[in-house]
Amino acid sequence: MHVHFLDSYRPRASLIHRIDPRIKLVLTVAFILTSTLLPGGAWPIYFLFFALLLSVEIISELGVTFVLKRSSLALPFVLTALPLILTIPGKTLFNLSVGPWIIHASVPGLIRFVSIAIKSWLSVQAAIVLAASTSFPDLLLAIRALHVPQLLVSIFGLMWRYLFVLVDEAARLMRARASRSGLSDLPGARPGGSIPWRARVTGGMAGSLFLRAFERSDRIYMAMVSRGYDGEVRTLPLPAVQPTQWVVLIASLSLLGTFLGIAYLMWG
Amino acid sequence: MLPSPIAMHIPDGFLSVQVSILFWMISILAVGYALKRVGADLGERQVPMMGVLAAAIFAGQMLNFAVAGGTSGHLIGAALATILLGPWAAMVILTCVISIQALIFQDGGLLVLGANIFNMAIVGVAVSYMVFRTIQKLAGGRSWGIYAGGFAAAWSSVEVAALGTSLELAISGTSPANIAIPAMGGIHALIGIGEGLITVGALAFLHASRRDLLKASQPGSKHGSSVWVAGLLLALLMAIASPLASKHPDGLMWVATQYGFMHNEQSPIIKLIPHYLFPGVENKTLATILAAILGILIVFGAAFGVAYARRRKSTTENVQ
Repeated sequence: MHVHFLDSYRPRASLIHRIDPRIKLVLTVAFILTSTLLPGGAWPIYFLFFALLLSVEIISELGVTFVLKRSSLALPFVLTALPLILTIPGKTLFNLSVGPWIIHASVPGLIRFVSIAIKSWLSVQAAIVLAASTSFPDLLLAIRALHVPQLLVSIFGLMWRYLFVLVDEAARLMRARASRSGLSDLPGARPGGSIPWRARVTGGMAGSLFLRAFERSDRIYMAMVSRGYDGEVRTLPLPAVQPTQWVVLIASLSLLGTFLGIAYLMWG
Repeated sequence: MLPSPIAMHIPDGFLSVQVSILFWMISILAVGYALKRVGADLGERQVPMMGVLAAAIFAGQMLNFAVAGGTSGHLIGAALATILLGPWAAMVILTCVISIQALIFQDGGLLVLGANIFNMAIVGVAVSYMVFRTIQKLAGGRSWGIYAGGFAAAWSSVEVAALGTSLELAISGTSPANIAIPAMGGIHALIGIGEGLITVGALAFLHASRRDLLKASQPGSKHGSSVWVAGLLLALLMAIASPLASKHPDGLMWVATQYGFMHNEQSPIIKLIPHYLFPGVENKTLATILAAILGILIVFGAAFGVAYARRRKSTTENVQ
């Protein structure tokens, strides 16, 4: 089994895919920044942002369902904001008595909770579009342009290259365990051993995964040295950003800025 | 199946912009320094070794074991990486893992990436390094020190990262401190046990197969004591700030608004409503703070005492 499905890049020939990766990264972060800055309860602006995202998702040919399905990944975290409904004072939504406590839910709390959830959901979608429409080498180029140290960028690159190899390795370890310790899918059948025993076995797997990676990194280093690697990372200079791309950047940024301005004027 | 062990990666939208920028700055400084230190240690081996081991930690987070009722224990790997490779390399590796998770898999946000790096790659590593070194000094090189230290380091790396996460959420006004901190702390105290058990299993495996790798993290502290001190300070900060903040969420909000961390939207002054109280929390918080400080001071004192005694012994041996 090879886990290429891990790669979230979906190659298409859309307009969104053709935007310069540097511009795309900046725009994604700008979108996330503006939606984080939006005041709470500015529902029409949230809707505008969502419409903007939807049109980008449609233009990108990624499929709206694909993006929406993936965006559910970040949903569980919303739980951490849920208690806000109970702790922010304000007009009462409902009162509930559970045992010794009286739970008091307020309208401002609910508004704040829903606002956070929507803003976070919009941000996740933007990040999904970025990852799905930009190949990894392009993303590396983009973060290099943002002056992330070259050393870190090379480590990212090497990590990505061996990620699939090591995830395969981990999958092999898990398959080996499943076939030996009676980890059964049958209902009522217990996986072998006590919990500490299971944890120790998993630990042994982690240790052996680490050891194999450690030894592999040695072999990779030798292979690199024998091909002339001397510790210096050499890269091609970054290509110039096309004039049309600058137009895309400035137009999108001013659109986001206008939305933010309207939101603050009316709801801030 | 995506390797997404625990809800510890904060998504975008949950931290205010001010908090995000502050933690970006701290993380950039710390990781930049860590890169320099690792470069000095490893030289041209740095890129292949850090890259492959970061991939290994990422893959290792897929390893799990069934606990009960459909839940499972996972490995996060901050403590394991720290013990095996030292704090600076571990910081670099975990930064790579967390960044790739955010950039490619949307496991954690982009704007809040600085805070996620801070929680897991900086606080998690510094605290687990401090705990491991301290317990190992206490054990005086006997092998139980590796296991006890490994377990405690793994548990505390998970716990402090969770406390850091909930404090940041509370400062941003997106999660009430009096509920989020006990809840996050409590859940991750349990998750930390799984992490600790796996880490001990991995250390036992490596102790049996490649003892020389474990030796690297033992005496002859070539990493200096700055990480140890930073780990102690961060652990103290979490031990004091978390119970205080969960008891006085208003105080935390006051600090947050004073320093402009909170979004000034709708002036959300979070208040404990009078009927909503955790029974007996008053004595408990005070007790927790005192116990934590006392425990840290005892460990601190004992470690120094042991280290001092050993140094004196070795110098007298040298003189003879």
